[in-house]
Amino acid sequence: MGIVSPGFTGRRSGSDLPPGQYLTRDFPVLSAGPTPRILPEHWEFSITTETGEVHKWDWQAFLQLPSEEITRDIHCVTRWSKLQSEWKGVSLDTLFADVETGADFVMAHSYGGYTTNLPLEDLLDGQAWIAYEFEGEPLGAEHGGPARLLVPHLYFWKSAKWVRGLALSDSDDLGFWESAGYHEYGDPWKEQRYAGD
Amino acid sequence: MERTAVRRRLTWQAGTVTEIREETATARTIVLDLPDWPGHLAGQHLDVRLTAPDGYRASRSYSIASAWTGTTVELTVEQVPDGEVSSYLVGVLGVGDQLEVRGPVGGWFVWRPESTGPIQLIGGGSGVVPLMAMLRQHAHASSTAPARLLYSVRRATSVIYREDLKTLAASDDVDLTFVYTREAPPGEPRVGRIDAELLAAKAFAPSDELTTYVCGPTPFVETVADLLVAAGHDPARVRTERFGPTGGPR
Repeated sequence: MGIVSPGFTGRRSGSDLPPGQYLTRDFPVLSAGPTPRILPEHWEFSITTETGEVHKWDWQAFLQLPSEEITRDIHCVTRWSKLQSEWKGVSLDTLFADVETGADFVMAHSYGGYTTNLPLEDLLDGQAWIAYEFEGEPLGAEHGGPARLLVPHLYFWKSAKWVRGLALSDSDDLGFWESAGYHEYGDPWKEQRYAGD
Repeated sequence: MERTAVRRRLTWQAGTVTEIREETATARTIVLDLPDWPGHLAGQHLDVRLTAPDGYRASRSYSIASAWTGTTVELTVEQVPDGEVSSYLVGVLGVGDQLEVRGPVGGWFVWRPESTGPIQLIGGGSGVVPLMAMLRQHAHASSTAPARLLYSVRRATSVIYREDLKTLAASDDVDLTFVYTREAPPGEPRVGRIDAELLAAKAFAPSDELTTYVCGPTPFVETVADLLVAAGHDPARVRTERFGPTGGPR
């Protein structure tokens, strides 16, 4: 189909963005409900394997893990992209170091009930973190603080805010937005916004 | 592999603009005739795609303003300062022009006419658009679910859907409250943002049947949703849709 709008010129970003994205210097928010306010002393993070084995960290134990400075572009399915965003967090390679699993899929669970599904291989090998600082400051609650999943190579709804755990599974079940019509994988470079894209 | 929802591919389709209504100085409603539209739920949105003569394309999502009655789809677009797509839709697009759209999108911030529990709608600025679709669906379905709209605007001239809202509010089941944040019209003494006192006076009290929908700019939604939770509303029964940045220092 080729409908052209003669009066439309558009604004080329000049940056190398995924298709259909535009550049923002703000940090917009997409959440389905009220922002959960979780105090770090009440925060816990766990990884649960497909056999039910639980690996758990509280805030103190989590902060004692080696952290990394992360600078990555992020891409929201609502079409904004933010370049060179700066984070501090713990690599999931570190958190998975003692986890034995043969599962291929992960469901991320958040305080407040949010879920999102990802393949395990997208969380390992330096591709994903549990982030707790953004641009040098503790991560604000509206952006997922005290800590959120950070998987910058996928659309940002995969980077679950207020994350409290990862559950490993042999089946690729659908998370919150994925059940509401969004793509199960969400690669911004393939523009996988909605189911079937 | 378990699949919990119907996964239908969304394809681009052409629509023709049949009518344009100027709502405020910065917002207009665009009525689209979409022969291939599959229908939608109140609260869903769609993507609009524009193609420039040189092939450059840009897309944005817009909330649908109308209830699906089997004919047309209405969008209300607020001009965003420097908005790449909204500037064209509000400033250039005319009756008879064609647009490409795909949708509907979104399965969470929706109201289904078969639901009978009370609904509290709270909108800030153009955040009223998907809430208007819900009220229109409510009227179209002759729903008797009690519905209240709290609509926060800067001043009287910022009100979108003024006449339609008056008509809808004539129903015994629909209650409408305007909140003026900058300047109130004569006879309206209160000027200020939504606060706990106003919610206690004008919004439904927390209950197990109530569903609350909040839509607007991010700081508005953050404030209102926090007030609702503090007033005892179950966060799981408060559905939100935010747009724009968090505000504060950039």
